[in-house]
Amino acid sequence: MGDRSYCVRVRSDQYPLWVGKRPLLRRLDIELTERCNNACIHCYINRPEADRPAMERELASPVLKGILDEAASLGCLSVKFTGGEPLLREDFEDLYLHARGLGLKVCLFTNATRLTPHVADLFARVPPLEKIEVSIYGAREESYEGVTRVRGSFQAAMRGIGLLLERKVPFVVKSAVLPPNRGELEELEKWAAGLPWMDRPVSWVSGFDLRARRDSEARNEDLRAFRLNGRDTMAILSRDAGSYLKDMKAFGAKFMRPPGKRLLTCGAGNGTACVDAYGSLQPCLLLRHPASVYDLKKGSLKRAMEEFFPELRLKEVANPDYLKRCARCFIKSLCEQCPAKSWMEHGTLDTPVDYPCEIAHFQAADLGLLRSGEKGWEVDDWESRVRSLWERPG
Amino acid sequence: MSQRVELNGVYAPSDDIVARVIEGELIIVPIKAGVGDLEDELFTLNETGRAIWDKLDGRRSLKDIASSLAGEFDAPEDEIEQDVLGLAGELFDRRIIVEVRKG
Repeated sequence: MGDRSYCVRVRSDQYPLWVGKRPLLRRLDIELTERCNNACIHCYINRPEADRPAMERELASPVLKGILDEAASLGCLSVKFTGGEPLLREDFEDLYLHARGLGLKVCLFTNATRLTPHVADLFARVPPLEKIEVSIYGAREESYEGVTRVRGSFQAAMRGIGLLLERKVPFVVKSAVLPPNRGELEELEKWAAGLPWMDRPVSWVSGFDLRARRDSEARNEDLRAFRLNGRDTMAILSRDAGSYLKDMKAFGAKFMRPPGKRLLTCGAGNGTACVDAYGSLQPCLLLRHPASVYDLKKGSLKRAMEEFFPELRLKEVANPDYLKRCARCFIKSLCEQCPAKSWMEHGTLDTPVDYPCEIAHFQAADLGLLRSGEKGWEVDDWESRVRSLWERPG
Repeated sequence: MSQRVELNGVYAPSDDIVARVIEGELIIVPIKAGVGDLEDELFTLNETGRAIWDKLDGRRSLKDIASSLAGEFDAPEDEIEQDVLGLAGELFDRRIIVEVRKG
């Protein structure tokens, strides 16, 4: 003995908490409900608030608490409560306090419209320990409600945000680029920059997925129209030019290479998982293909993390088109192509999705990684191109 | 160092925190506001702190803990007492432990 500093303050996202073996489950996302009180034009998970069949199928409180208990026993430190709109659950407070009482941090995804003084007081008294993420769809009532299609939702969201601000409950805002708000992105960013905990710019979603649990061709036509083209996507990504280039250089050095034949090239199912509203465990929020989903009503979280997901992560791609393109593409990490996207767009796990491919190629060309008309899977000297990005001044 | 912890006092982990051992690491997770200053703040203890923490059970005084540790580590008791008071003071100031009985 002899040390004089005993108690170390750490932030879990910045401190290597585990030097040796990491916990089997580090983070668990839970969709508390698929129901939402908004009806956003782009959303794929917004069953009506009063959807009784959906409500009756949702996991009951004791089952969710059991899942939280098991997650904590596996070393989980953080859970995300998402939806739909998680605050629609009448047992939200009970579930929240149960999670926090287990020593779990809670990240809440919400539209803030159902935040009441009581719930805001709860967050002030028992802090979630992760910033709440609030989806905001416009800087003004007209644009906001042009997205949500619910009259009064803008005022309700601003009221909810006001409650968090009054009680100094940390939160950030995020958004989606959609026709009703496209003309006021700067205005929304300027407003967001004034919020105390916005330590980075607003995160914008712009590449909407077709099909995604609903097979309405009319809806898909709308979503195709909402998608930004390459130029407009780049305008958003590179709006802080200096920071963008710095991020891309670091990203390129770390991730840009042909991914090979492995089906899952991300971290899905490796220490993280997602429970849908009805008890299916997925490797990530979006991947719901039957072959990649584990039924928690028939098995345990432990078994899924120890056996089912590791086996899934060993699977290789079979689709020849994918093997010709994506498996050999050095800009694959720029591309949102993944089994989840393939599942949503094509109903398979390994079919190339054209839209993210187009955007990634546009971005790569803009960064000088590709010449006009070149495809990322046709480039032999990709290492020198990535190096030249890294060596660019700035 | 906190002036409020006493060698003959008895202290225990607060109900406002959860102490979790995950893959061998002790991680103290605040539950209530006022423990920790930042929104994503957890606490870990160094090796000395962990040895002391394991004995903070709400029954033994800090002096008893120091005496026990001095025997285990074959170290001078007055030095161990300084470590015990140091850790207890830090933890008390952060509201991670509470006083069960005064010295």
